[in-house]
Formats: sequence, C-alpha cells, structure tokens
Amino acid sequence: MSDLNSVTAAEAPDQMSMQPRPRRGKQDKPRSLAGDAWNDLRKSKIFWVAIVLVVVVLLMAAWPTLFTSADPRDCALSRKFAGPSGGAIFGYDFQGCDVYAKTIYGARNSIIVGMVSTAIAGVIGMVVGLSAGFFGGSVDAVLSRFIDIMLAIPFLLAGIVLSSRLSADPNDDGLIAVILTLGLLTWTTGARVMRSAVISSKNQDYVAAGRMLGAGPGRLMLRHILPNSIAAFIVVLTILLGVNIGVEATLSFLGVGLKGDAISWGIAISEATGTARVAAAPLVWPATFLGLTVLAFIMLGDAIRDAFDPKLR
Amino acid sequence: MFRYIVRRLLQMVLTFFGATFVVFALMFANQDDPLQALAGERPITESQRQALTERYHLDEPFIAQYWHYMKGMLTGDFGQSLTGRQIGDMLEAAWPVTFRLALLAAVIAAVIAIVAGVASAIRRGGTFDNVTLVFTLILLSMPIVVIAPLAQLLFGIQLGWFPPTSGADPSMWALLLPALVLASSVFATQLRVTRTSVAENLRADYVRTAKAKGLAFRRVISVHVLRNSLIPVITLIGVDLGNLMAGAIVTEGVFNIPGVGFNLARGIRTEDGPLVVGFVSALVIIFLIVNLLVDLLYAALDPRIRYE
Repeated sequence: MSDLNSVTAAEAPDQMSMQPRPRRGKQDKPRSLAGDAWNDLRKSKIFWVAIVLVVVVLLMAAWPTLFTSADPRDCALSRKFAGPSGGAIFGYDFQGCDVYAKTIYGARNSIIVGMVSTAIAGVIGMVVGLSAGFFGGSVDAVLSRFIDIMLAIPFLLAGIVLSSRLSADPNDDGLIAVILTLGLLTWTTGARVMRSAVISSKNQDYVAAGRMLGAGPGRLMLRHILPNSIAAFIVVLTILLGVNIGVEATLSFLGVGLKGDAISWGIAISEATGTARVAAAPLVWPATFLGLTVLAFIMLGDAIRDAFDPKLR
Repeated sequence: MFRYIVRRLLQMVLTFFGATFVVFALMFANQDDPLQALAGERPITESQRQALTERYHLDEPFIAQYWHYMKGMLTGDFGQSLTGRQIGDMLEAAWPVTFRLALLAAVIAAVIAIVAGVASAIRRGGTFDNVTLVFTLILLSMPIVVIAPLAQLLFGIQLGWFPPTSGADPSMWALLLPALVLASSVFATQLRVTRTSVAENLRADYVRTAKAKGLAFRRVISVHVLRNSLIPVITLIGVDLGNLMAGAIVTEGVFNIPGVGFNLARGIRTEDGPLVVGFVSALVIIFLIVNLLVDLLYAALDPRIRYE
C-alpha cells in the first residue's frame, strides 16, 4: 500500500508542473500497430487537410443542394459566357449554364465512379492477391504472369479501348462503362501488394497454430492472414480512389468516359479548353475542384502509409 | 549476362503475346457487331462492311483473327483509317514531333529530378526537403487534364510567355511549355526515388571510406553516390514512358501539336475505330520494347540484377 502511495506521490508533482512528461507513462499499456499509427496520424497536418477536403467533396456528392440552389441543367444561350451574378458566383459557360452549380454537381459522378471502380478493383485485387500468396506454386505462377501482362499495357491506352467498346450505344451516359473499365484494369497494384503481404504473414506462428487447430484454408485466409495483411492494401486502395477519379476525368475529357448530358468535371474541362481565351472561369473551376479532390485522396493514402510504415519515419 | 538476356527475352515473348492478345480481345470483345463498333455511330455501307470484314478477318475464328492482326503488326501493316489513309503513313508523319516532345520532357524531368532529389537528400528533413515533398505530392496527384489546360491558360494566354498553341511542324520553343507540362507528370516520382536512393547510399560504407580518404564532398556525391543512386532512377524511364504516352494524348490535344497523341485523340473523337486500334497497338509495342531495353540496361549497369 505504501509502495503505491509513494509512486502516486512521486508522479503527482510531475503532473502539476507543466514540464514535458517522460514517455515512460505512455508505454505502460501495450499499443497495437493501429493504435500507434493513429497516434501518428493525429499529429499529421497533411492527414487533417486531406480529411477536411474529402468530407467537403463527399458532402458535395451526397447533397449538392447544400451548396447551391441553382439547377445545373438550367442553361440559356442568352447568358453565354456571362459574368458572375446572383447565385452563379463563377459566371456562365458557353451554353449559358451556371458554372458553380455544374462544378458542385460534378462531384457526384466523380465520387461514384471513384468509389465503385475502386471497390471492384479492390475485390478482384484481394481475391487474386490472397490466392496467389496463400496457395503459391502454380496458382501463384499463373496469376503473377497474368498481372505482369496487365501491367505491361499502358493503362490509359487500354482504358480508351475498353471504355469506348463498353459504351458503344450513343444514348448511354457511359457511367457503367467507365466504372467497369477502371475496375477491370486497375486491380493489379493492389493484388501485388496483397500477395507480398500474404506471403510474409503466412509463415508466422499464429497461422501454423491455426492450422494445427484444424482451421481450413478459407478460415485461415479470411480470419487470420487477411486482417494482418490488409493495412498496405487499404493504403493502395485509398490512393487508387484518387487516381481513378483523375482517370475518369481524363477519359471523359477524351470523349470515351462519361458522355452525353452527364455532368462531369472532365467534360467541363474539355468543353472549356477551346474557349479559354474568351472565358477562363468555366475551365479554372472544374479543373481546381478535380485537382483538389484527387489530391485529397492521395494525401490521405500517403499520410496513412507514413503512419503504418515505421521504416519511413 | 548472356543467361539473363535469354531469360528476359523469353519472358518478353510471353508478355508480348499476352499483352497484344489482351488489347486485341478488348477491342473486339463484348460486341454483337464489331464492325458497327469500329465505325462508331456513322452508318456503314455494304462495301465498307466487306472491306472491314476482310481487313480484320472477321469471318474466321478468333484465334485466326488474332494471328492475322499480329502478322500485320510485325510487318508494319497497321491497316487503313476510316478516312482511307494508311495508318502506317500517319504514324510515320506523326512520330517525329511526339519523339521531340517526349525527349524534351524526359530531359527536363530528369535534370530537375536529379538536382532537386540530391539536394533534398543531402539535407534530409530540412526546409528544402519538406517543401519538395509537399510539392511533389501535389504534382503527383494532379491529373494532366488539370495541368495542361491550366498551364496553357496561365502561361500561354494570360501571361503570354509561351505560344499557347503550336501548329504543324512546331519549333522547340513552341514545344517547351507542353514539354514542361508533360515533364511535370513524371518528374515527381523520379525526384522521390532519387532522394530515397541518395539518402540510403549516403549512409553506405563506401561513402565513409571516400570521406575518410579526404575526398571533397562534391566528388563523393557526384562520382561515388550518384553513380549508385541513379540505377533505380533509370528503371523508372521505362515506366515513365507509359505516363508520357498517356500525357501526350491530352497534352498534344490541348496544345494542338500534330503528333501521335493528337491523332489518337482525334481518332477517338471522330470514332475512327481502325485508327484507334492501329495507334494503340503500335504504342503498346513501343512501350514493351522500351521496357525490355531498359531492363537490359539495368542489368548492364547493376551486376546484382544479373545473378538473381
């Protein structure tokens, strides 16, 4: 009892004075890797900037009416290239549409394409990476060669071909085609990361213990190996989300992504590029929003990776 | 070295046929009427239909179609565009401009990346290093559809420093701004790799030995460290070529440079299927060959790779 008291007494003055406490106190209870990473993340400025940007873009995508009450499809040629007025703080584009409203509403398609295509790529990448890493041998050889072949094709070229083939119907807005294109072509990096993470964790003692206790391959993979190899994979997916949003805009810019009357930052940039000499705002704002959105997701992935990878510290 | 080359060539053969097969399958997959897909929305006449069927051997089984396609590729016969021009001729007319643009971009990117990468590695954690890291993060994430039109607007139109567009047969001066835009899409990765690899090598034993011998710091960096640090940067060239191609499609479109990317972008817009097929196939083959050469160069520079 006296022991405990003396410890408390010894620590008490330390807490009262505002001097920095020694780190010993913090290490009293064991911290997990995730807890460690979260501690690092909380201190990262880049992480918080990214989170704020991501939340704003998600709000724009989910409830655009929070930001604007104008209708992005309410266009009148009489307002062609008119300057800012009323709610249209960025002015009007060449068809007389409200640039601000169009830019806000453009977030939705970007986010939908980014999230769904990344989810598809994530599922394919996880299945391929897990099976290649876990089963090894000929399964691994075949899958790895296939990944090599996929990586040997410049991604945008394959994207152009696949996307234009998937939406040959001119009345289609191209949304499904873009999502499928991105999902089917971008899973390779994730699969590679997953594979190497699985290979490094499948020889750990806890997997051997699980196997001895009679766990089947499915249970071993999903309950034991997967949770311990997923950190790097999630980082790859976060970055991929940003990259895919950029590629969607590029495909739409080239005319093989979203098309028709779909509202997309890529289409807006493409339409405004030719007339930038007359009016800069219809080009500048969609480009800025697109750039910031991609940047936000990539920064988020970068910050998480820094936190999870002690080698980089 | 000989064994490495043979092994790498065998791998290349597999990758080559695999990659061209995937591209070929993408082009003709999922189509009820591949001819209509090739021609896009425009109506297709009976004689065009016949010519295209003959051209792509659509009346034969899929594998035979692929065989004919490969034979055409390897003998330089890329077929005709819907406008009737030979795609091989169009490629021949377009590639010198694109080559100059890409070369200029690659040189600009490499010079900036290596100089800034070494500088930030020497003072790791310093102000310059931190600024460079944030700056490269921003550049890494900007898609070229954002950079190219904005750079054209700012430096070409509003400030008037560079010509905003370049017509046929552009001068080096007219290509400078597009090349800078293109370089921005690749130099960030190169800079980061240079920085990491120089920082790693600075801690190596041979650097300590060199310093202990009394060599000047400048010489240690430029002769001992750089030589070893640039090896991983060189492998990036192959990967970057893919990025340069992707970037060139947008950049040449925005700046009106009549190169390969410009023609491809126009082919996409006018829904000229055969042209897109021909150009994409040619680009994929170039990409594969350059990557093979870079791998061989890598092995020649770094003996450790050969004996893996």
